[in-house]
Amino acid sequence: MFLVMFPLGIFPYIIGGIVIGLGVGLIYMFTGIHATQSSFFSTTISYFSKIPYFQQKAYRESRGWRNIFAMSVVIGAFIYTITLSPTGFFTTSVQVWRLVVGGLLVGFGTRLSRGCTSGHGISGLASLSTTSAYSVATFLAVGIVTALLVQALGVTP
Amino acid sequence: MRLRNLILFIGGLFFGFGLAYGGMSQQEIVLSFLQLKDLGLILLLGSSAGVTALIINLVPKMLKTPVLGGEFGKRRRTLNKRTIIGATIFGVGWGLSGQCPGSSLASLGVGNLPVLIGIASMFLGAYVMGRFFT
Repeated sequence: MFLVMFPLGIFPYIIGGIVIGLGVGLIYMFTGIHATQSSFFSTTISYFSKIPYFQQKAYRESRGWRNIFAMSVVIGAFIYTITLSPTGFFTTSVQVWRLVVGGLLVGFGTRLSRGCTSGHGISGLASLSTTSAYSVATFLAVGIVTALLVQALGVTP
Repeated sequence: MRLRNLILFIGGLFFGFGLAYGGMSQQEIVLSFLQLKDLGLILLLGSSAGVTALIINLVPKMLKTPVLGGEFGKRRRTLNKRTIIGATIFGVGWGLSGQCPGSSLASLGVGNLPVLIGIASMFLGAYVMGRFFT
């Protein structure tokens, strides 16, 4: 039963999650900042767009650290790949149209909901926020239904 | 200020390392989770939120301010229609592509370059939200 539910084992997932939690916790302990991801899109746009939404104080003030954080996430994944990764570099075979359409919806939806898997999922749940709990339950359920539907329609990869 | 940036950088390294370790940088693994073929990512969510919960709830009881000064931030999010509609739209995009914001950045680090076009699309989606729906 266990093997059926976790064909790749459980340790990479648990250890990966602990490492993420330590990173978020380290930042909070030293700076008081909730290190989350999806606002990065809005704060980056704030450099280019004069629209009041993007020029709001929270975005202008956090864009500096969000740049550093985003860059270091890329580098952290790179370090894993060249050190502990059993499989090394990886390229997805998911079709480009799925990446594009999915990306548009992810960008739009996470900003409308004001959080993503990181903001609502990790920081929000860790803050015991009911708003985040509803958000996580929603995107998990919708994500599962969508993935099953796409699979049932024979779209692969 | 420099020290603060260094901490953010180190924390981000952990974040990206953990995402890649836990398979989030591979859209195939995310999709197999959402297709209920491999439930491992729920463990990743549980352990990351669990460790974070421990730290962010205990540390403010032991320290008056963060180590580098300032104050401990509180996440304030009010539940409204936008929270749920946004999460629904995000869920469709996630289930279609296996991408989410943080994991897409980690994807770049594992050399998963097709995700660049997904990230560009996320920027466009975020722009459309801010431009027309606020």
